[in-house]
Amino acid sequence: MVSPNTPETPGGAAAPSAAPRSIHDVVIRLAGNSQDGIQSVGGFLARLAGRSDQDVMTYMTIPSTISGGPSIFQVRMGTGDILSSGDRADMLVAFYQHSYDAHISSLRPGGVLLYDSDHVTPVEGDNRFTQIAVPITSGTVEAVGGAGKDKGKNIYILGLIARVFDLDVQKLAALIKERFGGKNEDIVRNAMLAFDAGYAWPQNNLHDLFYRFEAIDLATRASGRPQVTMDGNQALAYGLLAAGVRHGAGYPITPWSSIMETLRTELPKYGGLFVQCEDEIAAISTAIGFSYTGHLAITGSAGPGLSLKMEALGWATMAEMPLIVVNVQRGGPSTGMPTNVEQSDLLQAIYGSHGDTPRVVLSPKNVEDCFYIAMDACRIARTYSTPVIILSDMALASRIEAFDEPDFPKLMVDPKADLSDRGADFKPYPLDAITRHAPPGSKIGSGKYPTVTGLEHDELGHPTGSSKLHTQMTAKRREKIKKLGASLPSPELNGDSSGEVLLVTWGSTWGPALEALKRINTAGVTGGHLHLRHIHPLPDGLDDIFNRYRKIVVAEINDEGLYGFGQLAMMLRARYANPAIVSVTKTDGLTFKISEIVAGVARHIESAQLDASLGVAQPSALAKN
Amino acid sequence: MSSPTLVSPPTPAITTAVPLTKKILTADHPTWCPGCGDFAVLASFYRVLEKLQYPHEKIVTFAGIGCSSRFPYFVNTHGGHYIHGRALPFAAGISLGNDDLHVFVFGGDGDGFSIGGNHLVHTARKNVNLTYVIMDNSVYGLTKKQTSPTSPIGFKTKTDPTGAIDQPINPMRTLLNTGATFVARSHATQVNHMVEMMTRAAKHPGFSVVEILSECVEFYAGAFDSSIPRKGGTWSLIQEKKNDGTPEDADRHDVTDEVAAFKLAGQAWPGSFGVFYENNVRKTKNVLEAELVTKARERTKNATDLQLLQATFAKMR
Repeated sequence: MVSPNTPETPGGAAAPSAAPRSIHDVVIRLAGNSQDGIQSVGGFLARLAGRSDQDVMTYMTIPSTISGGPSIFQVRMGTGDILSSGDRADMLVAFYQHSYDAHISSLRPGGVLLYDSDHVTPVEGDNRFTQIAVPITSGTVEAVGGAGKDKGKNIYILGLIARVFDLDVQKLAALIKERFGGKNEDIVRNAMLAFDAGYAWPQNNLHDLFYRFEAIDLATRASGRPQVTMDGNQALAYGLLAAGVRHGAGYPITPWSSIMETLRTELPKYGGLFVQCEDEIAAISTAIGFSYTGHLAITGSAGPGLSLKMEALGWATMAEMPLIVVNVQRGGPSTGMPTNVEQSDLLQAIYGSHGDTPRVVLSPKNVEDCFYIAMDACRIARTYSTPVIILSDMALASRIEAFDEPDFPKLMVDPKADLSDRGADFKPYPLDAITRHAPPGSKIGSGKYPTVTGLEHDELGHPTGSSKLHTQMTAKRREKIKKLGASLPSPELNGDSSGEVLLVTWGSTWGPALEALKRINTAGVTGGHLHLRHIHPLPDGLDDIFNRYRKIVVAEINDEGLYGFGQLAMMLRARYANPAIVSVTKTDGLTFKISEIVAGVARHIESAQLDASLGVAQPSALAKN
Repeated sequence: MSSPTLVSPPTPAITTAVPLTKKILTADHPTWCPGCGDFAVLASFYRVLEKLQYPHEKIVTFAGIGCSSRFPYFVNTHGGHYIHGRALPFAAGISLGNDDLHVFVFGGDGDGFSIGGNHLVHTARKNVNLTYVIMDNSVYGLTKKQTSPTSPIGFKTKTDPTGAIDQPINPMRTLLNTGATFVARSHATQVNHMVEMMTRAAKHPGFSVVEILSECVEFYAGAFDSSIPRKGGTWSLIQEKKNDGTPEDADRHDVTDEVAAFKLAGQAWPGSFGVFYENNVRKTKNVLEAELVTKARERTKNATDLQLLQATFAKMR
């Protein structure tokens, strides 16, 4: 395969001498500075994988400062399910000495170090890796010329990667043109020059590195719909649109902001609107105001903003107003680690309030699930007239994955508000049924118009100091959430249905846990993996599942707390009083590595095989035989 | 903001419309202390609704927390009672969520100028179409006499037993500063004046606010005597410009003149009453958002929601 406009390069771009070696998947880590455009290389690769029916997952760290500073983008692409962004890289592309110094340890033994020989001097004679010196900077300058200096070296590297992994150059060129096509033609031309130069870099310098991904078994992708590639925040925003949400309000905070940006841009096209408010409290208040008019609305934030919204959330529980609250979690408390991942807002989401406020808390397991959890949240909010909190996290928000396009014709929800007349017997807060509000604009047959209120109230919404009514209404608010719990499907259970160990996870820890389970099983330990999307209320039947395993290991990205248990582990112990429930936690601001989960499980169970497996380094798929 | 695609068609009327009367509009009996100024505000509000005859189901009465914020329970319309200080952003959601509605927000000086001060600024700045009535009694009454943001220096409360020492807010100057497009001031002892001010505020397109001095007989009796003639005070009405070419018209107040409004706001206590400022030129957020929708819909050539989402996802393949 040759680039459509590859220049003639001496000794260059002819087909490599050896046949490509087949690989299942590869983890490529690009390390440079944030202005080098390495995210866009990752973006191109991710979208290419999506268009090639391959699976893909990305992982990125961006410094929280405004510009500059070291930055990485890691992409894992391959055939079949890609569950995590990969513990360690098979290929490291190092743009600078600091990139090399900081990330060489992330390279698997036998992996490929590709470094910019204009900036990096690697340790001499390091034969753990295949080292390839590429004059990335001077090669780009030479190819592009002009005043752009080394701008475009990201695309140069993209060309080189396309060559090594035998990627579809036509599709990549199309992506580059789409990406830069809106700008002037020079930019597209320069990008293609850089790409071709990278692609044509003399093949004999590549030490015969030449790979091809395993053929795709299309039967595993039976949806018949093409794949789309996006990050979790986009998936969540579009899930809300499909679910009929047309109104929202928010305040900027990392990593939530891109959801509100998407909605502010998209909603007017759908006849809706998104209001940027003066603060978090105004944002949730405006959103509840929208919901009151019959339009289920969304607000969102990160952890600190959720704290600010708590009083209003209490009102929404008391007044039984449907509402979607997204919390894209980051490292806390306070400003904490605003561009890192953590799952430390669980207890805040479930319990962080004044008074008795039975909450609904959901969490998506991957980028695709961000779309579906948004739809589920809207269904629950409408059916049970309640606020629903979606706990996403920084990892899901910023990483790109490919997934099957949703079946929109089947999924679309009608966004219309119901302003029909209410009968003479209308009560906003009936004791014997779930609340159904009458939005303003709807006529009330009795002529007695309802009030929605944060005061304890009677069935018509009028304030009461009655002890009996407070008891009854508290039960009404609790029972409807219990009813929801009883209606929930059994959670996803993978692996052995009984055995030594059950891994329990929530949120973005799903993928690494599933891979960890494979390793645990391979080491001869029987075990399963239970993943919770509905965290509060919990689905029924978990106690029966727990009883089938000797240890229940809950893995989550938060602190073990004063008593040695992470937040979900603590809640499960309180709920099931099962001493077999133990905890694996961490607070380094990064997603779980598979090896960390396996090591965590090994600490809690006695298995010599599992302990032995921990010391074995996983060689890179790119290693020479 | 109303969009034809977002609201189900109205069902036929249950009964033929009957005129709104005080009897129909009366709900729970007020919980206020006997003699409270808020009773007169409530009575005036019934008269406003009797005058305006909006469709009953399209009136919304909303409030935050405080004595005056109990208001919605006493008016038989759609409405609600929210949390302290945040009624305005909630009401903004109501107004922008359904532009057909007539949204009235009631609250006190603590709700509006203290805990909700920032919301006042931003709801006004955005010119959301709603009417806000601040019943100012210069004291926290519901919590039984603490200093409020409008308590004068020297006023003794449970939180300032030797007298308030912090500079109080000048409500009119604050309201003018927010960019509110209709700013008026009235007095709970002047029912006809309150009715006139609230009626004009209701008719104003945009964010309209009326501050009403409403005495707390329990914790700050006599607070506003200096503007009550039968108690020896002066009732100073703003004379609005009539543009009739007469020499006396030159001295009358031009309600569109912001500088003149600020001058009035700077008068010594008890100051003047009436419309300080009115701006009918600035577009409301309701209109601006509807324009965004119209433009966006034109660009999409009125595609259906399904077509829009499918087209967006096609670009992400």
